[in-house]
Amino acid sequence: MSNLSKSPKIRLGLWLLLAPLLLWLLLLIILPHIELFTFSITDPDDGSYTANFYLEFFQEPLYWRTFVRTAVMSIIATLITLIIAFPVSFYIAKMLKGRSKGILFAMCLLPFWVSELVRTFGWMILLRESGVISTFLQWSGLSDGPVELLYTDATIMLGLVYTSMLFMVVPLVSTLDSLDDSYIEAGYDLGGSNWNVFKEIVIPHAIPGIVSGCIIVFMLSLGNYLTPVLLGGKDSLWFTEQIYTQFITRFNWEQGSAFGLLLLVLSSLIVWAGLKISKQSFVKTMG
Amino acid sequence: MIPSIKQSRKFHSVYNAYIFAFFVFLAAPLVVVSVFAFNDSLFPSMPWRGFTLDWFFASSGEKVGIFFDSELFNSIGLSFAIAAATTLCAVFIACTNAFVFERYDFPAKSFLYVLMLLPLVIPGVLLGVSILVFSSSIANYFDDYWLIDLEFLRPGIPLIIIGQFAFVTTICTLIISARLRKFDTTLEEAALNLGASPLSAVLTITIPYLKPAIIGAAIVSFLMSFENFNTTFMLVGSDAPLTVAMFERLREGSTPVLNAISVLLMLGSGVLAVANMVLQKKQR
Repeated sequence: MSNLSKSPKIRLGLWLLLAPLLLWLLLLIILPHIELFTFSITDPDDGSYTANFYLEFFQEPLYWRTFVRTAVMSIIATLITLIIAFPVSFYIAKMLKGRSKGILFAMCLLPFWVSELVRTFGWMILLRESGVISTFLQWSGLSDGPVELLYTDATIMLGLVYTSMLFMVVPLVSTLDSLDDSYIEAGYDLGGSNWNVFKEIVIPHAIPGIVSGCIIVFMLSLGNYLTPVLLGGKDSLWFTEQIYTQFITRFNWEQGSAFGLLLLVLSSLIVWAGLKISKQSFVKTMG
Repeated sequence: MIPSIKQSRKFHSVYNAYIFAFFVFLAAPLVVVSVFAFNDSLFPSMPWRGFTLDWFFASSGEKVGIFFDSELFNSIGLSFAIAAATTLCAVFIACTNAFVFERYDFPAKSFLYVLMLLPLVIPGVLLGVSILVFSSSIANYFDDYWLIDLEFLRPGIPLIIIGQFAFVTTICTLIISARLRKFDTTLEEAALNLGASPLSAVLTITIPYLKPAIIGAAIVSFLMSFENFNTTFMLVGSDAPLTVAMFERLREGSTPVLNAISVLLMLGSGVLAVANMVLQKKQR
């Protein structure tokens, strides 16, 4: 602590600085979520408490199936992203040195400064019936007619993996960067194979990066709206889409609030479980 | 696996091919979007019908370029205004937050820090709807009991700014705190010993030191706000900012004017991205 914080005058300063922080967290984060909860348990007709909106969720198969589907697909997308990103991160962190390392890392980051909408639009142009890949397949004789590659679950998966790649690569590169080469060399000197070294040295060291990458990617996939709706079309069945429909299309805010809260509970549970399993702290992982 | 350990030739060629394929995968959608902005066709799809700049500059006819498509062009201006307002508020509050967390000790500080990080793990759609529900409740209350119409709490531009501010502030706080942590407080003490008031010591010594982080936070915040879709989409009123306007067009069926606007967006975010990277290099 600096000497600045000791005089009584500076205590006043603390309160002045705290005020905007508290107002922001209270008015924009805490109270809105409490209000969301209140909405979800209040009967709009007479103002009494009700659990109907939650019961509706469990009774209507479309709702809970969409919920489970969103969760499962987000988990699969997270795992695929991890598997694709790991070799790339290792290459950047350990195989390259100096300038080429910086350039390749920057090349990984650059696409993600562009809006998600533009990236998704790019995939639509590539994958649609009259798109680039379909035309290429016909030209090369691999296919007789136009191929529609949009509007399948695999397309949604592709979009999710693409969109969240950066959030896996960055934490992985920064943890792998801190792994000293001598540990890897020692592993080989002691007679380890590639696989032994990878499993016993590289992975344990990278765990913090893997956990924070997975948590962020999972959250982003679960809360994604654009990618499932644009690449999955009408049958995308993503839970955020249900929330949007209840709020904006059907104007059923109570049901929408219940859905929103369920999504929040699910994501908090999975983040909590991820941190528990890997014994990481929330503050260290996020900050 | 590292350069000092010899691997077979096959291992290296497979690994290099994988890295190459990965970068093709990263670049493919962006390259395709840019190329089709110059296709002389009514749809952003194959076949290639020749090069044209109509989707940028044509003023009438079948093809209306982006600079003459008033609906989309106005939405760019709107997004600019929203992003500027969000950035201004977020960076200012982020500075005060950074001082709270780096300079003071008080009970419940670590609890507040966790709360401050929460917006990072709340899905954007949810943040949007919760703010929508809360602000509508307040607006309804004032309407019913005081007969005051609080227009800014209804879906529209002010509410979009509020919603984006709610999560952008967290990111700005993290960026500015990281720089403030490295600051040598003896510099401030020297200013105090030389007779400066605490406030002028902070303004003349600390804030200039934080400048690179403040500019960096402003760039990130501007882009996050400009490109935000999830939260914005829940809070949008009658005037649509760019991302929402583009989304509506995409659903109706796209024309290459969307490619043209994407090219402009890529140029803009590319410039900001490079500026930010240069800035970060200087900081070190």
